[in-house]
Amino acid sequence: MDTTSTSRKAFLSSIITTGLALAGCAPKKDPFELAAGEHAKASGEKVKLLSVDGEVIEVDKAFLRPVPEMPAVSNSEERRGIPGKKFVMVIDLSRCKNLRFCEKACNHAHHLHTGLNWLKVYPMDEAEHTAPYWEPTMCMHCDEPPCVKVCPVDATFKRQDGLVLIDSDRCIGCRFCMAACPYSARVFNWEKPDTLTAEEVCQPYSCETSVPQKVGTVGKCDFCPDMARKGELPHCVSACPNGVYFFGDLNEDSVTNGAETFRFSELIRDKAGYRLMDDLGTKPSVYYLPPVARNFPFEKGLENDNEKS
Amino acid sequence: MKKTVLTDEQIISDLLPKKFGKWGMAWTGVLVVICLLGMFAYYRQLRYGLIVTSMRDYASWGIYISNFVFFVAISLVGSLITAVLRLTGVRWSTPLTRIAEIIAVSAITFGAIIIIVDMGRPERFYYLFLYGRLQSPIIWDVTVITTYFFISVLLLYIPLLPDMKILLAGKEKKGIYRFYSFLGSFWKGTHMQYRISKRAINILCITIVPVAFSIHTVTSWLFATTYRPGWDSSNFGAYFISGAFLVGAGAVSAAMYVFRRFYKLENYITPEHFDKMGKIVVMLGLLYLYFNVNEYLIPYFKMKKSEEAFLNGLFVGEFAPLFWSAIFGGMIIPMIILLFPRGRTPYPMFICGTMIVVGAWFKRYLIVTPTLLHPFLPMHNVPESYKHYFPSWEEWAIAFGSLAGALLVITIFVRIFPIIPIQETLTEHHQKEL
Ligand code: SF4
Ligand code: SF4
Repeated sequence: MDTTSTSRKAFLSSIITTGLALAGCAPKKDPFELAAGEHAKASGEKVKLLSVDGEVIEVDKAFLRPVPEMPAVSNSEERRGIPGKKFVMVIDLSRCKNLRFCEKACNHAHHLHTGLNWLKVYPMDEAEHTAPYWEPTMCMHCDEPPCVKVCPVDATFKRQDGLVLIDSDRCIGCRFCMAACPYSARVFNWEKPDTLTAEEVCQPYSCETSVPQKVGTVGKCDFCPDMARKGELPHCVSACPNGVYFFGDLNEDSVTNGAETFRFSELIRDKAGYRLMDDLGTKPSVYYLPPVARNFPFEKGLENDNEKS
Repeated sequence: MKKTVLTDEQIISDLLPKKFGKWGMAWTGVLVVICLLGMFAYYRQLRYGLIVTSMRDYASWGIYISNFVFFVAISLVGSLITAVLRLTGVRWSTPLTRIAEIIAVSAITFGAIIIIVDMGRPERFYYLFLYGRLQSPIIWDVTVITTYFFISVLLLYIPLLPDMKILLAGKEKKGIYRFYSFLGSFWKGTHMQYRISKRAINILCITIVPVAFSIHTVTSWLFATTYRPGWDSSNFGAYFISGAFLVGAGAVSAAMYVFRRFYKLENYITPEHFDKMGKIVVMLGLLYLYFNVNEYLIPYFKMKKSEEAFLNGLFVGEFAPLFWSAIFGGMIIPMIILLFPRGRTPYPMFICGTMIVVGAWFKRYLIVTPTLLHPFLPMHNVPESYKHYFPSWEEWAIAFGSLAGALLVITIFVRIFPIIPIQETLTEHHQKEL
């Protein structure tokens, strides 16, 4: 009786395993577990380490192994946000010359399908006698996000730290949010992303890394909260050699582009910061500094533009 | 009204469903082929993703959505003919109620199907019920459309019961008989049953009016709750409803002609019906014209910057030929024709009805697409295919497949059930004789 039930269980689990393998995804292994046949033998060579309790301990070198990627944050934590934070971005238009390193870094980090961009740099030319300038845009992480209002299944949501993120495991692909977003920030996966490796396709989706993107669901800039958890800057911020992007926390009233750090309120006050289409009432979390006293003439950026418009 | 004196037997034999003739067979065959093509196209879409469509990030909704709006619009006719006319005590519309009701049921069914076709992840459809959030207009739409569907089915079914008894009489007890008797053998035609069914129909007629208004208002809110030029309008609900009434009445006019011609119903659908329907169409056309003026000319007067490119695209630009054809061909010209008594005779009515329906389909396309192609921020650094939208063959096949499917449902219904209510015709006939 007992044996049959165990063998049935084994049989079932073998079916499940084969099923997963057939689908191209192997079941997840505990990263801390030793691989089969791997046995560490003491080498006699000791290293000194600081334990979590602050004590100095000695460990044999053979027992050391690299720390695996930290286990992912749970979905409910991802939906709640990082406590005590309120993320903001400031974009200094006077520094931008359409280099688009930001765009490349973003596409690379999120393994976006070729040709899709979450971050876009527009040549803005408001009217006949106004001066053109380069304007990078991404998701504005609105405080009154129209996209979140219309999502029927809570696939896109607003967190307490101000971020608007997408759960690709929930999204039904109705594209209502794309119609609702006035900033054209949302990008749809019309086909299977071609940049994902077989391993990435199998990894569970995380709302904070937005990887892996899935066919038939919507994607957009996520402000890289996974980097924030590690205490690092979003990919676009660190990729820009001209220091166009400043990222920070409204609660701490500070923003930085890696090299320079400012008080957010002073920066906005001194440089007359504003938000894009603020009249719509979306209350964006991205602020712009007007393109005055520019570092580069507008024409400089045309070299990097694929499209002569 | 009628010169010939009709006996009960003749009425019944005139109105009983008839086998398909040569044309009926050909028609059904064509519809089936179009449906199959649509299914094949959908199979390709499931396999390769929405990339097989021409929709891209700017035109993120396309003819699937405009087709959906069209279906919802046309389904509104059920409530117009059945409920509004019934409640206001208009008797002449009796022969038209079932035509209107079956159009409503099949249109709303295919409207729901086409929405699933549009989804990037159709297998997650049930998430709408599992995780639905009340604040989203999509959830409102799902709610009211489901309600409307059930009320319409009941409004089709209950008046059918007395006819079912007639259908069952003198039939062999096999095949289709089983089907009829499954649906309606409990109907004995007792006084009590008539009382109950009359009350039920009255209640349904009253409830369907607000539900019908909601399905189309909520559908318009899918657009009006966004900021986009051309959609950001407080006029949208009324504009959609008036348009829906017009296209529904147009569809009934065309259907009246077809049924009368191919089912030899000249004694039941009379020139008088066409005349009255024609007047209704003109009235609805004027109403729709009024809302069109509000919808397009008032923004044009102000010419806000965000609307400028959009409006110019419609009036003189890329979409102008289609826009003016829809306005004139689908509204103004039919209205002028129908102003004349000669225009309200069967054949011209058929032509006008068809023009209105076709015009309405393109009008829905013009409501969805041009707006999406005029975003607030410029379209820049995207592949050329993102900047225009012309549906791919898969989209056409699916859209036409769904239209053919709706027609197929109506065709099969007419093959099985009498399209003119027999019992009600008999009753009225007797009343007239007295
Ligand atoms: S920018 Fe668009 S996608 Fe981002 S939060 Fe605002 S409305 Fe939503
Ligand atoms: S496409 Fe996805 S995220 Fe956007 S509204 Fe629909 S379900 Fe929500």
